[in-house]
Amino acid sequence: MTCLFTYLTYDFVRNALFAGSIVALLGAVIGYFVILRNVGFAAHALAHIGFTGATGAALFGLTPLSGMLLISCIAGSLMGISGNKLQRSELAIGMVLSVSLGLGTLFLSLYRGYAGETSSILFGNIFGIAPSQLYEIFLLAACSLGAISICSRRLLFASLQPDLAAARGISLTLHAILFMLLLAVSVTLASQVVGTLLVFTLIVGPAGIAMRLTRSFWTGILCSIFLGLITVWSGILLACATNWPPSFWISSILFFLYLCTSIFLKP
Amino acid sequence: MNLISPSSTTSLSQSSERSLSLQRVSIHLGGREIIHDVSAEINKGEFIGILGPNGAGKSTLMKAILGLCPFRKGIIQFFGKPPGQANTFIGYMPQAQSISEQTSLSARSLVAAVHQGEHWGIPWPSSARQAAVHRALELAGALSYADRSFSILSGGEKKRVMLAQAVIDEPKMLILDEPLASLDPKNQKHLVDCIANIKKKTAATILFIAHDANPLLGVMDRVMYMAGGKARLGKVDEVISSQSLSELYGIPIHVTKSEGRLFIVNAESNIAEAACCH
Ligand SMILES: Nc1ncnc2c1ncn2[C@@H]1O[C@H](COP(=O)(O)OP(=O)(O)OP(=O)(O)O)[C@@H](O)[C@H]1O
Ligand SMILES: [Mg+2]
Repeated sequence: MTCLFTYLTYDFVRNALFAGSIVALLGAVIGYFVILRNVGFAAHALAHIGFTGATGAALFGLTPLSGMLLISCIAGSLMGISGNKLQRSELAIGMVLSVSLGLGTLFLSLYRGYAGETSSILFGNIFGIAPSQLYEIFLLAACSLGAISICSRRLLFASLQPDLAAARGISLTLHAILFMLLLAVSVTLASQVVGTLLVFTLIVGPAGIAMRLTRSFWTGILCSIFLGLITVWSGILLACATNWPPSFWISSILFFLYLCTSIFLKP
Repeated sequence: MNLISPSSTTSLSQSSERSLSLQRVSIHLGGREIIHDVSAEINKGEFIGILGPNGAGKSTLMKAILGLCPFRKGIIQFFGKPPGQANTFIGYMPQAQSISEQTSLSARSLVAAVHQGEHWGIPWPSSARQAAVHRALELAGALSYADRSFSILSGGEKKRVMLAQAVIDEPKMLILDEPLASLDPKNQKHLVDCIANIKKKTAATILFIAHDANPLLGVMDRVMYMAGGKARLGKVDEVISSQSLSELYGIPIHVTKSEGRLFIVNAESNIAEAACCH
């Protein structure tokens, strides 16, 4: 117990906890809609496309965060244009994903000085988050949460019963684009914590498990937030205690929870 | 001779009594004319059965009314407005089940998600919403399994949940695209009774697409029969008659009535079917 408090005296641990909480909160909410809309693969692809943005950013003199944000927002809105057909366009997403990863490798080879940071882009570097980054993360997450609260009712309707929503005059394409933009922001922020390779865990993991445990929207979203926060906190503290990477702990805890729900819940 | 049918009820009514008015509407899709020169006047509170063979354009016409499918010619007026401008009046049950099969949400939360779904903001839970959801589930007869997960419901139960979604915001017009598909005869009757009851309680206009006229006999006020891009609206006896259907299809058709049920016989192929699918 005492050692737990000693960890909290370190600035980098407190920053990590703060950034982790924000990202977990946003990821849990957006992730819940990802599950509702059945666009898990698109979320996964967006994160990987972000890798290209991060490596490309170095070439163009941008920060990795803004590079990732830029490219995943572009990719996200393109995906959104296909509207509710997105769940069925796996081939298209896969093709875009592979071409952008190819481009990412090119950027990487063009800008050799950057190679050292590749692993922190891929696997995250939550203990390396600077206070200025913290501020960016907070601002972006607050804007995204604000946007999702404004349109959550419509988004829920359009996600759950698209035909009726369209009949009531809700534009499915517009909402799909909006949602994919929000997803792009969340994915970018989540990759600051767990890295682009593991974003899927943090966005889809808590929400997916919550969906299995609950039957209604509000219990589901609260459960998703709870799971997301608990996982990130315990992941960070376990990382302090063991010196193993937090991304490892976060993904393992979520996998363990997933396994438990699979074993103890009958489908 | 494209469509007519000034029946006794329509000629009496004023245009303010209209819920839907189609004037010489033609719809083209994929370079083909799906619907040709269809006109119809439907009054508020009417129960219209819409019949016709596969591919007759029933669903397409409904989408045009909803403003989801552009039409090339003609005028559609929906509560006096062009399609797409009075959409909050609509309850719609699509032909294909658009709720994801994997969703573990309960029927109750699926219906709650639709309640005033076109509003902005956060869908906070409220007792008003709970009451509205309860009422809609009750109207649709889906209360007994409302708390079960949607994915494990039977096909007929899912239909009722979708019906509850369609009726929750007290629509002035309920468009039901083949709600009877894949239901057994007993449940067909239950669902039709349930919809007749909704009509009585909410005074909504009902457009009910079906393949067989028989479950709707006695509940529908008028019938719209669609075939070959044309449509004919009128009293059941006028429209589903040998002469009228032969004109619509352009081939000899016999309509026979036996034990209160209608049968349509294609005189050329001699296939008899319970009205009306060819
Ligand atoms: N988007 C589209 N592009 C081209 N053709 C279309 C399109 N949508 C429908 N059609 C064609 O329009 C015709 C009418 O289709 P519609 O779905 O309205 O038939 P329906 O009367 O509802 O039939 P069913 O009883 O099988 O539901 C069909 O021949 C269909 O192939
Ligand atoms: Mg149809």
